[in-house]
Amino acid sequence: MATSTTWLLRPLQERSTQLFLGILTAALAVVTILHLAMPEDSALHVSAYTVTLLGKYLCYALLAVAVDLVWGYLGILSLGHGAFFALGGYAMGMYLMRQIGDRGTYGDPVLPDFMVFLNWDSLPWYWHGFDMAWFAFAMVLLVPGALAFVFGYLAFRSRVTGVYLSIITQALTFALMLAFFRNEMGFGGNNGLTDFRDILGFNLRTDATRLGLFIATGIALAIGYVICRGIVTSKLGRVSIACRDAEARTRFLGYRVERVQLFVFVVSAMLAGVAGALYVPQVGIINPSEFSPLFSIEVVVWVALGGRATLYGAVIGALLVNYAKTVFTGVMPDAWLFALGGLFVLVTVFLPKGIAGLLQKRRKAPEKDRSNPQEATA
Amino acid sequence: MSIIRRSLTSLLIALACLVSVPAMAQEDPGKALLVNLAEAPSSRVEEAINAIVDSGDERARGWLEAYGNNRLSRIKDTGQVVLVLNNRGRDWEIADPLTGENLGEMSRRKLDRVAINNAIRGKLEGIMAMLDLNAADPDVREASARDMMGKVDAALVAPLEARLEKEESAAVRDRIEAALAIYRVEQGDIEAVEVLAGSLHSRARAALNNAAASDNSQLAEAANKALASIEQKLKLNKAAETLYFGLSMGSVLVLAAIGLAITFGVMGVINMAHGELIMLGAYTTWGVQQLLPGQPGLALLLSIPAGFLVAAIAGIIIERSVIQHLKGRPLETLLATFGISLILQQLVRTVISPQNRTVVTPEWMSGSLVINDALSLTLNRLYVMAFALIVFAALMMIMRRTRLGLDVRAVTQNRAMARSMGIKATKVDILTFALGSGVAGLAGVALSQLTNVGPNLGQNYIIDSFMVVVFGGVGNLWGTLIAGLSLGTINQLLEPWAGAVLAKIIVLVFIILFIQKRPKGLFPQKGRAAEN
Repeated sequence: MATSTTWLLRPLQERSTQLFLGILTAALAVVTILHLAMPEDSALHVSAYTVTLLGKYLCYALLAVAVDLVWGYLGILSLGHGAFFALGGYAMGMYLMRQIGDRGTYGDPVLPDFMVFLNWDSLPWYWHGFDMAWFAFAMVLLVPGALAFVFGYLAFRSRVTGVYLSIITQALTFALMLAFFRNEMGFGGNNGLTDFRDILGFNLRTDATRLGLFIATGIALAIGYVICRGIVTSKLGRVSIACRDAEARTRFLGYRVERVQLFVFVVSAMLAGVAGALYVPQVGIINPSEFSPLFSIEVVVWVALGGRATLYGAVIGALLVNYAKTVFTGVMPDAWLFALGGLFVLVTVFLPKGIAGLLQKRRKAPEKDRSNPQEATA
Repeated sequence: MSIIRRSLTSLLIALACLVSVPAMAQEDPGKALLVNLAEAPSSRVEEAINAIVDSGDERARGWLEAYGNNRLSRIKDTGQVVLVLNNRGRDWEIADPLTGENLGEMSRRKLDRVAINNAIRGKLEGIMAMLDLNAADPDVREASARDMMGKVDAALVAPLEARLEKEESAAVRDRIEAALAIYRVEQGDIEAVEVLAGSLHSRARAALNNAAASDNSQLAEAANKALASIEQKLKLNKAAETLYFGLSMGSVLVLAAIGLAITFGVMGVINMAHGELIMLGAYTTWGVQQLLPGQPGLALLLSIPAGFLVAAIAGIIIERSVIQHLKGRPLETLLATFGISLILQQLVRTVISPQNRTVVTPEWMSGSLVINDALSLTLNRLYVMAFALIVFAALMMIMRRTRLGLDVRAVTQNRAMARSMGIKATKVDILTFALGSGVAGLAGVALSQLTNVGPNLGQNYIIDSFMVVVFGGVGNLWGTLIAGLSLGTINQLLEPWAGAVLAKIIVLVFIILFIQKRPKGLFPQKGRAAEN
């Protein structure tokens, strides 16, 4: 029994993880103190808006960590992780919708506003249970996990990998986006789910709840990071890296490659679901655009910029790109797509190891090139 | 209004040619006929019209049409009857109905409109249709007979029967018979039901439906029988139409995907900017049309080479600047080319406009090919289908029969060996990529005739294109053709009962599941090429 938890504790003894957790804790503490202790007119005061914005970035960071787990350590470029993120978000959104109760515009105690608007007379079966927090939170993990399990089981069993897998993950999220746009699906169609009131009894519109969500997201990111780090440093993680570099060889050595792939893929999807669930109450809306292939592929470029297969690089990339996005779309919205497109090209051509690669290069001599022809063609 | 005016003008030109100089010397009989019409009290208007019809004058139809459209006026001072070409504004443009000569503008106060009442107007339609039935052109006769279906009344039966005796064209005869039969079925004639049994025209069906609901049980039974056989025929036509739309959609998919089948399938390069190359082709069509205003047909023909060149050059730039540095790293290529696609989209938004541009469809491509009353095939889709097949055949020829094709196959199968045999692999890469990109441009030219040309045009096709290539089997052009056509058809078959969006979702899910089952697509590559 003792060994069952050691994989989770091992990362805590690593210097890199300690450093990451230290910086994260310090950042959370500083933001909290600046928000609470500084007077509102002070230049150092962090407004509730900024706290929520930072919380949103942290959700993205957790999503990026999830993508890095499969892309960096398993060699699977998922262009559909936005789907898991959005599913987690929808599960949370459904809980929040049910929490509105009779305070909606139409005052129906059970049906959410959009259902009343569409003349539905009863709740669809899949909406039942979402009034209970424990059930909804379980679904945040289970729905993305189940989809990843079914999809991964089929795909890995038939040895669909590489580019093919990327393209069908993209098709998956595209199909889901089209589906969620339909009013008949019962998820609010085009408008999605919005107008939330409170979560676990706390009013979502108060600064205290927002700060609480921000801290919760930080903690989730820390836990997610430790879990990923634990997986990566375990024996399973080694096998997963072996799959990435030489799938056929690993299989010939007797490892059940598809099981390793499936496990890591499902864990990653669940992490993405959690990120989505934390994202929704902070942003206040979830709609089908989160399923768009563009969003999923954007996540990949965060990871690429930060540095693939480092985990902390994914966090850095997510924070940097999203900060840039906030600045750009505010100052010159037209230029953002140019900048993002340019980032895709520059990072892949000139910075194959991302920012993390630059940091490592300064510290030690470059290690062996990780790009391997096997990885491309297997 | 402008259509009326145009048809009037062309009529006048024709009139001017018809009237010979000697005829001008003596009094034109038409003049008296028109004055007679203008002066007739409402009770005798019909008589005056009949006089015009009976005169057998070739200009009669134009006069009556103008009369029905309130375009016949009298000059108050002289009593001369004139055609009004343009009745907007204070001064009306008028012309001589006898010679077609333009008489310039005249104040509308000096003109007196030749009055017409609604009862006459209603009859005028039938009278003009009868005039058309006597026209020399069988197409005009057929169209007019078709218009008559359901409009025949007691007064028209005799002239129609007389016309039927003289008629030589079988198609026109069928129409006249159907028109008469509709009238007779309405009158309770059971034998006439037989005539309508094969007709797909909606008015024939309406007449039969009325008969089926009538009290006469024999008639109702016969009508029901006829309706059932029509239903059967309609179903067949509906199926043919669905197939046509499916193949048309499929050929669009083939066009969009076939360039990708070269760059992704043959070269193994993932080009996510492929959709934007299609978009460039579409915008090239728009651009060429802007350069040649008023000649959409010529512009469209010129845009075929132009679209190819623009997209091919863009492809070469992409290949040289980005893709060649990412050789052997397909996932990175995917990301980089996706970045390029974002840049190209935004470029079009910034330089041209975020709004959709309209591309004009030339006249010879608009309209439709009418097979029968229930089935007509739109011409533009037919052209696109033919274009897709031509492009496919040309690509097949290039890959199979030319030196370039041989080199491409050699380089993709074994690059090192090909190079040691003296093939310049880099040059082959550039040419192949340019070819694939150029074909994307061609797809754009074709798509500009079917959909909106906007910055998002390419995005809509990129996922579909990849699906087609993967479904058909990578590296197999035939597979792409069959995959595209069958996916388009499946989509159209699903649409009636699932709706457009759900049909698309079902197709996507189907492909996702299919790839799990057969990861190499419908037609996997065999032999050495398949090993890596």
